[in-house]
Amino acid sequence: MGSSKRVLVVGGGIAGISAAVEASQAGAEVVLIEKQPYLGGRVSQMNLYFPKLCPPSCGLEINFRQLRNNSKITCYTQSEVHSISGEPGNYTVSITRSPRFVTDQCTACGACIPFCPVRRPDPFNYGLSQTRAIYFPSPAAYPPIFTIDPIDCLGEECSQCIAECPNDAVDLKMQPETFEIEIDSVVLATGWRPYPPEKIDNLGYASNPNVITNVELERLAAPDGPTGGQILRPSDQEPIESAAFIQCAGSRDENYLRHCSSVCCLASLKQVRYIRQQYPKAEIYLFYIDLRAPGRMEDFYLEAQQDPLLHLVKGKVGKVYPRNGESRIVVEAENVLTGRRIQQPVDLVILATGMVPQVPRLSGNLAADEHGFLVVENAEESAIFPAGCVRRPVGVAEAVRDATAAAMKAVQVVRG
Amino acid sequence: MDQKKIAVYLCEGCEIGTSLDLDALAGVCGTYACKTHPCLCRSDGVRTLEDHIRDGVNTLVLGACSPRFKSEQFNLPGCLVERVNLREQVVWTHEANDEDTQMMAEDYLRMGIARAERTALPDPFTLDVEKTILIIGGGTSGMKAALESARAGFKAILVEKEAELGGWKRRFPVQFRHSPPYGGLAATNLNGDLKSVLDHPNIEVLTSTTVASIEGQPGQFDISLRTNGTTRVSRVGAVVQATGWKPYDASRIEHLSYGKSPDIVTNIEMEDLLNKPQLVRPSDGKPIRQIAFIQCAGSRDPNHLPYCSAVCCRVSIKQAIQLREKLPDTQTMIFYKDIRTPAQYEDLYRRAQELKGILFAKGEVAGVTPREDGRLRIEVDQSMLGEKILVDVDLVVLATGMVPRVSDGEVIRRQRDAQAVIDRGEKGVKLETAKATLEELKQLDLESVLNLNYRQGPDTPTLQHGFPDSHFICFPYESRRTGIYLAGCAKAPTDFEGAISDGTAAALKAIQSVELGSQGKAVHPRWDDMSFPEFSFQRCTQCKRCTEECPFGVLNEDEKGTPKPNPARCRRCGICLGACPERVISFKNYSIDIVSSMIKAVEIPDEFDEKPRILGLICENDAYPALDTAGILRRRFSTFIRFIPVRCLGSVNTIWIADALSRGFDGVLLVGCQSGDHYQCHFIKGSEIMGIRGKNVREKLTQLALEEERVRLEELTIADYNRLPEIINAFADEIEEIGLNPFKGF
Repeated sequence: MGSSKRVLVVGGGIAGISAAVEASQAGAEVVLIEKQPYLGGRVSQMNLYFPKLCPPSCGLEINFRQLRNNSKITCYTQSEVHSISGEPGNYTVSITRSPRFVTDQCTACGACIPFCPVRRPDPFNYGLSQTRAIYFPSPAAYPPIFTIDPIDCLGEECSQCIAECPNDAVDLKMQPETFEIEIDSVVLATGWRPYPPEKIDNLGYASNPNVITNVELERLAAPDGPTGGQILRPSDQEPIESAAFIQCAGSRDENYLRHCSSVCCLASLKQVRYIRQQYPKAEIYLFYIDLRAPGRMEDFYLEAQQDPLLHLVKGKVGKVYPRNGESRIVVEAENVLTGRRIQQPVDLVILATGMVPQVPRLSGNLAADEHGFLVVENAEESAIFPAGCVRRPVGVAEAVRDATAAAMKAVQVVRG
Repeated sequence: MDQKKIAVYLCEGCEIGTSLDLDALAGVCGTYACKTHPCLCRSDGVRTLEDHIRDGVNTLVLGACSPRFKSEQFNLPGCLVERVNLREQVVWTHEANDEDTQMMAEDYLRMGIARAERTALPDPFTLDVEKTILIIGGGTSGMKAALESARAGFKAILVEKEAELGGWKRRFPVQFRHSPPYGGLAATNLNGDLKSVLDHPNIEVLTSTTVASIEGQPGQFDISLRTNGTTRVSRVGAVVQATGWKPYDASRIEHLSYGKSPDIVTNIEMEDLLNKPQLVRPSDGKPIRQIAFIQCAGSRDPNHLPYCSAVCCRVSIKQAIQLREKLPDTQTMIFYKDIRTPAQYEDLYRRAQELKGILFAKGEVAGVTPREDGRLRIEVDQSMLGEKILVDVDLVVLATGMVPRVSDGEVIRRQRDAQAVIDRGEKGVKLETAKATLEELKQLDLESVLNLNYRQGPDTPTLQHGFPDSHFICFPYESRRTGIYLAGCAKAPTDFEGAISDGTAAALKAIQSVELGSQGKAVHPRWDDMSFPEFSFQRCTQCKRCTEECPFGVLNEDEKGTPKPNPARCRRCGICLGACPERVISFKNYSIDIVSSMIKAVEIPDEFDEKPRILGLICENDAYPALDTAGILRRRFSTFIRFIPVRCLGSVNTIWIADALSRGFDGVLLVGCQSGDHYQCHFIKGSEIMGIRGKNVREKLTQLALEEERVRLEELTIADYNRLPEIINAFADEIEEIGLNPFKGF
């Protein structure tokens, strides 16, 4: 394919990583940038994938092996695109890298940790646990290098970590840096963020600790999560006897997100399995509008229907409120099939909140649809190819499909 | 490589220096130079190593962290680097300055040296490749695959069995939009697609053509194509299978009465009706006042298609919207199980709900009956309109699902093998078994699509429901035949946009397999691996285990049954090496001898020391990283175990187990990935195969009067880093209970 194409991939989640690996294996030189201090994006915060109930780190490991050993891919974490100029086949991209304050001399030995005096909420666990100001993003983090939270760190006055690091890997003087690279094309795989649940007033997220979101439940079920994988009632850390999943929490709703977020039905059915594994006798309710399990995912839905203590209720939830004097919560809904009103008290409510696209700030003409997702129609003209959840709410397989197709388009761009 | 010149370096960092007696450790290096460094991965450490390489060292044994860390620093071109994991597997998981920990470290170093002594840098098997992609199927995904291959600088041969390109777009002139505004409809623009394909100088289109045979390997597939009775041969580098789908046969869904009235039509036939100038009742030309769509006609039904066909909801809604435009006064009802309009397509559903005259009703359709008055009666159970309702309409549209147009190569192969047994005139059990196989398979549609000349069968194997992919979550384009990639509805039901993405992506995969093949490199999941299996044929007994067990159908056979390798098809998992009872298969850097010598390098304490030794053969893709994570978390486990990473559990040759037990190891722990329908093995069936081999091993143990519990197989995931230490400890406890190996010291 002539001289190596140079592809910038923005976003180090599953779509971005896949695009980077696929493009490099077709001969391209790839620069992969990620805003967080680790790669893997949202999927690295998931406990298991549906329908196989297998850990995301299994597939990520195969991809990380490529990032470790393939000299054609350069990764920059804690980096964002500052500006982009030029034209397809001849772009100059300015990238800003925030200081990590830890150099790649770090061996992840952890000698610094006991000496850091700061405790901060851990965003990897959605604030459900704490780390020190110097921390390892997760036990399977890639790259395996510690990082320092710039806001919570006490700075040079403290310098305990510097004193304890055997490898002189801590550098609190590190500054943000901006550098330019020349590239031919861009794959934009900046992904999604969960819809803010506190915006949905009637579902009680802000006022009740026992109302949690689906992404939080992923962390509660994960062996490296805040509870070591035990699903407990947040208010008192007691075991649960019942739970309710509320589908389309914010999705398919004129007032919040008009689109369907595509994966929440399957994600909830998967999370039913997390709860079932720990609580064989828990009563679980799942309130849905339509159960969306496309293609072979139907098998997974069929398996769920074998669970006699899982009650699938077609109906939109009207209200969630605490039961007087109890830590239980009442979910109020109407079963559309029977016309019956339901007031179901449960220990834990899980809101299946949807996906909001995370569109990067880029100069130029990124077209978005009315939902905020990027449009691909004119991508060939600009050689900027959106892929994954930034253009459509999708599951992992579809994100990889998008990424692979985008990688193909990116390596074809002819230099101007 | 020239004469090996080995040097050993021990890192003192990360508690290695403070937990081990490094002087004593250096003592195991024999005549090799052994030095220590305070932190090998630091730039001064790497410089020291580079100095040694300049001085002529070509093989370095590094006792430091796991090979999964600091690989950038220790990637020293031209030098073979053998990493000995003293950090995660020894000092981070065991008591510091302890006799057993020290013995463990010494064993690992001896094992690393043994491996380094026998390993060579791979000498790649390169090919002169043909930069042409064969695309089978001229529908949406196939045309796209051809176009994208050509745009990427390759040539494309696009083969279509029908007389014209276009596939289903010929029947669907209007589609629901795949870009904003999502509620709208758009032309499918087949002519635009055709023009870009036909105008491209690097695409050769062959219609009315089928594939008569494909043989060879990625980079050098020799294909034979048949057009109207004439055959031509070509060479291509890789293949995209975009053979599409066929509608499920609606007449098989008896209660829906398809075929009993011309007014019961499929969604495809509805397209034809919509495109006629007059939309009237097919039976008698009378106006259509009421129409009903029945969703999931055959889909989501265990008696028919158990899966959801993913697009039928949107297609019916599209047709309902088109109907509104053509027949504004007609009432439309859509009976559904769930309306599945994912993502932004919710806008399409919302638009249809807002239109007057379209009613959506959840319910199970129990039956459709033609009435004497010419109308059709639909009986619906459990609907949101009532327990049981009856509706009379003029036209019923069955939203029939998609059946992938692929064949299962393994099934066809079973059929052909059985037929061959009968043709050869075999008798007795063989004949009876063959007859039973043919009987079992006679219901299936067994026509090959690819006609691969592969010992394991003429098409790719399939997973559940006939989908031919191999790792459908993380690596959706991987198939089990290297260089052959699936796109569009042949892979799984999808819409036009999905077919277009698939065509683009599969073309990329095809190109990769050619480019990497030309460099002698493997594709997924051992990307860039340049080792490949080499066979000592003089010792081969034609037992055919390697040809049978290879998950990727790499090996063909000659008439005598001797395997014929095709290195470019190989994924380098080593399952053939594990299968071979004569041990004639080896890689330059992975062989029976290398692993056996590592096993022999472990010092077995004599029986009076009461220190058992357990060999752990562990999958390097999942279990090994899990062990590293256990190290990062400072989990503790038995110091009696010695791990050897293997490429896949399926690459474990039982001679290693026999070697270990005869050397005096007290137990063997095999750790691989999940097997079964939801397998997680990156090589599909490695742990499954090991399960079968392990059973044979345990039977042999019993014959030797050894306890069969001494060999244990465990399946786990990469996230089981908390469980793995527990598994090791439980096994170590059990071995202590069974007692030491009586063969110790022999």
